[in-house]
Amino acid sequence: MNPKLDLLYRLADDQLILGHRNSEWNGLGPILEEDIAFSSMAQDKLGHSLQLYMLLHELGEAEPDTVAFTRNTPQFHCCQLTELPIGEYDFSLMRHFLFDHAELLRFEALADSSYEPLALVARKVKGELKYHVLHANTWVKRLGTATEEAIERMQAALEFTLPYALGIFETTEAEPEIISSGLFIGEVELQRRWEASISKVLAQTSLVLPDLRLLTPVTGGRHGQHTEHLQPLLDEMAEVFRLDPTADW
Amino acid sequence: MLTEAQILNWLQAVTDPEIPTISLVDLGVIREVRVEEDGGVYVRLTPTFAGCPAMDYMRRDVETTLKAHGIPRVTTEISLRDPWTSDMVTDRGREGLRRHGLATPPKLNGGLLDLDILEYAECPRCHTTNTELRTPFGATLCRAVHYCHDCRQIFEQFKPI
Repeated sequence: MNPKLDLLYRLADDQLILGHRNSEWNGLGPILEEDIAFSSMAQDKLGHSLQLYMLLHELGEAEPDTVAFTRNTPQFHCCQLTELPIGEYDFSLMRHFLFDHAELLRFEALADSSYEPLALVARKVKGELKYHVLHANTWVKRLGTATEEAIERMQAALEFTLPYALGIFETTEAEPEIISSGLFIGEVELQRRWEASISKVLAQTSLVLPDLRLLTPVTGGRHGQHTEHLQPLLDEMAEVFRLDPTADW
Repeated sequence: MLTEAQILNWLQAVTDPEIPTISLVDLGVIREVRVEEDGGVYVRLTPTFAGCPAMDYMRRDVETTLKAHGIPRVTTEISLRDPWTSDMVTDRGREGLRRHGLATPPKLNGGLLDLDILEYAECPRCHTTNTELRTPFGATLCRAVHYCHDCRQIFEQFKPI
């Protein structure tokens, strides 16, 4: 696949799918502020996905709504981390923490992309992602230094989520060209920065980061291989759109 | 002779769909106006936040207002070319935010958006800075929620970004 399309689909699908998952906390958050926080982050992420699908459209792909709402599981390139059900709040927070640290670093790097339209979007998005990371850090520090139960649950969530988080950095066949053409710094370098970034926050808590070299990353998402959780999400997300794809909202 | 200054003056009447005390010009989302050779007008807007759901309303309000002033053809474009930062809010705009009961974003002056800046807010009621960030996510994407230790009241701030 063309390296630009390859990269953009991965970025856009991550944003769309995690945005949809975040929106599922709407009305269910443990406290009102968290309900609003996850809903706001959902809205941000859908906005980010739209900007990226618009770039794909400029490159000749279908309209953003068509791309978002009519593809099926094998055509999605999100990492599997983003599609897992929201589960308990400890899991959703930990996913948010691990994903958004990577995402902020990713868009900071993309702000210098040789592909100027993407760099423009990244310069916009990175500022907004700072708020997501701030939110994640606040809660990981608060719960990671709280009661024994809180620490235990956050530690268990960390250990469960990490192999999926490593799947964020799964590469595709286009990776060498993505790096050599200056589109992006590449997943290996991103992962290096990410490890430093999450370690700094975790060090301020009672949580222990396991040795990442001993973990097996959960991959496949970047190549269209997904968990059984993605298709039901896609069906629900597109339910209204599919009733009348030509409707004008 | 139609000038850009005249158009900006007319556009002072177009306010933020959710904050009626600030115009889109003073909010900084109108980045460029241009009079075309055929008498049409081009207006370039940029969103405060990428996922802002109000952009279509802003665009429509700009077009309606200029057409009401007899402009035959109005072209609008939404672009990230000159991305919005909270420093683009003018002094008059900041006054408008305060009139709506919103704290204003601290000036970044090209500096980094760090934790100190995110946590800083001046209470719009008593003007103390003895305040605390409660949550960076408020009623809309562009607002954060703070708490004033002097008033003992929650207040909203237009976020720095």
